[in-house]
Amino acid sequence: MSPAPIRLEAPLSREEIEPLRTGDVVRLNGVLYIARDAAHARIKGAIEAGEPLPLEPEGNIVYYSGPAPARPGHALGPAGPTTASRMDPYSPLLIERGLRGMIGKGLRSEAVLESMREHGCVYFGAVEGTAALLADCVREAEVIAYEDLGAEAVHRLFVEEFPVVVVNDLHGGDLYREGKERWRRR
Amino acid sequence: MREIAANSITEAVRDLCIEANTRLPQEHLAALRRALGAEASELGREVIERLLENAEVARERCVAFCQDTGYAVFFVELGSEVWISDGDIGAAIDEGVRRGYEEGYLRKSIVRSPIDRTNTNDNTPAIVYYEPVSGDGLRLTMLVKGAGCDNMSALRMLTPAEGLPAMKRFVVETIEKAGPNASPPLTVGVGIGGPFEKAAVLAKKALTRPSGQPNSDPELAALERELLDEINATGIGPAGYGGTQTALAVHVESFPTHMAAFPVAVNLDCHSHRTASAEL
Repeated sequence: MSPAPIRLEAPLSREEIEPLRTGDVVRLNGVLYIARDAAHARIKGAIEAGEPLPLEPEGNIVYYSGPAPARPGHALGPAGPTTASRMDPYSPLLIERGLRGMIGKGLRSEAVLESMREHGCVYFGAVEGTAALLADCVREAEVIAYEDLGAEAVHRLFVEEFPVVVVNDLHGGDLYREGKERWRRR
Repeated sequence: MREIAANSITEAVRDLCIEANTRLPQEHLAALRRALGAEASELGREVIERLLENAEVARERCVAFCQDTGYAVFFVELGSEVWISDGDIGAAIDEGVRRGYEEGYLRKSIVRSPIDRTNTNDNTPAIVYYEPVSGDGLRLTMLVKGAGCDNMSALRMLTPAEGLPAMKRFVVETIEKAGPNASPPLTVGVGIGGPFEKAAVLAKKALTRPSGQPNSDPELAALERELLDEINATGIGPAGYGGTQTALAVHVESFPTHMAAFPVAVNLDCHSHRTASAEL
C-alpha cells in the first residue's frame, strides 16, 4: 500500500514544499492557475514590457492544461495536463518571481530544474488521459485573462483533492529518472 | 453504382467524433486491464487504475476522455461502385467534424497555420487519407490524434546495409527519447517501406488496427512481439513514473520500397488511444 496522500493548500510557502520528495503522492486544494503555450508567450511579453501579469506568481501553482468545453452543470470541461517541456523557455521567468508549483506531464529542461532548486518550486505530475476525473476536482473555474485564446486562456481554479505526484522536488530528485532506472531491464 | 448521400457521411462522421472521444475501444480497454495485471510497479498500477476509472466516467457522462481531442484523422476505404450524391466527400467529412466537435463538447485544437496560429474554431480541416477499394462499400475509420505523442514521433531514412537491426534500434530509441512525454502505456505504430511519406502514413494507419491484433504476416507479427518486449524493458512505465508496462501493443505495417531505401516511421499514441469506425 502507498502511504496516505499528503494534503496541501495552495497558495504555498517555500517551507511547505521543502519536505516534499520525488514520488510523494499529493492532493492539492485551493487555487490553481491554468496557463499553457500561448498564455506563457503573452506573460513573457508582459514581463518584458513591464506590464501587470494576469497572475501573481508568488506562492502560486500553474497547471499546464487546455480544457475541453464544459457541459452544462460542470465548472470545467475535461482538463488533463499537457506536455510541460513546451513551457520550458518561459517557466524560469515565473519561478524567479516566486512560483511554487507547476503541474504537467513529461520532462523538464536542465535550466528549469536548476531554477526550481534555486528559487524553490516543485514540479508535479498529473496523469494525462484522466481529464474527466481531474475536472471533477474543480469546484470553481473562471477565465481571468486572455479570453481570446479560448482553450489557452488563463483560468483561475478552485480545486479539492486534486491528485498529483511529485516528479521533481527541491533536492534534485527526479521521478522520471529514478523510476526508469529502477525498472529498466536492458 | 450505389448512391450514398453526402449528408449521411456527415452524420456518420459526427457520430464517430463523439464516439471515439468518449468511448475507448474494447480491445484497448482489455489491453489496459492486462497491463494492470502485469505491471510490477505500484505507482504504475495506480496510474492504470485511474485511466480505467476515467474511461468509465467518460463513457457514462459522454465527455471527452482526454481534453486533447486532437486532429480528426480519417482513413476512408471508398468502393469503386459508390456514387456520392448531393455533395463532395471531403466537405461532408469536414462538416461532420464541425458538428461532432461542437455538439460533443470537444476541444477545437487546430490552428490555421504553424506560423499564424489562429484557431479555426471548429477543429477542421479533417486529415483524410483515401484508399480506393473494389465493391460498393464505404468505410470510415477515425483516429483521434493528440499532439503530445504525435510530437514525439519520428522518421528515419535507413540504408539497406543498416537494415533490420537499425530499424529495431530506431523504434526503441524513439520511445526512450519520448520517455514520459508521449504518455505511456503507448500504442506504437511503425511503418516501413515506401518512399518518405508512405512510411509515415503507414505508421499512422497501423494505430487504427484493433489493439494488440498481430500483423497477418507471421514474420512481422514476431517482430511486433520482439519490439514490444524491448520497449517494456526500458523501464519507462505508466506515465513515465517507472514500470514494466511502457507499451500495450506494437503494430508494424510494411510496404514495398526502393532498392536503395529502408524508411522507418514511428508514430506514438498515448494511453488515450482513440479510434472508431463506421461502415456506410
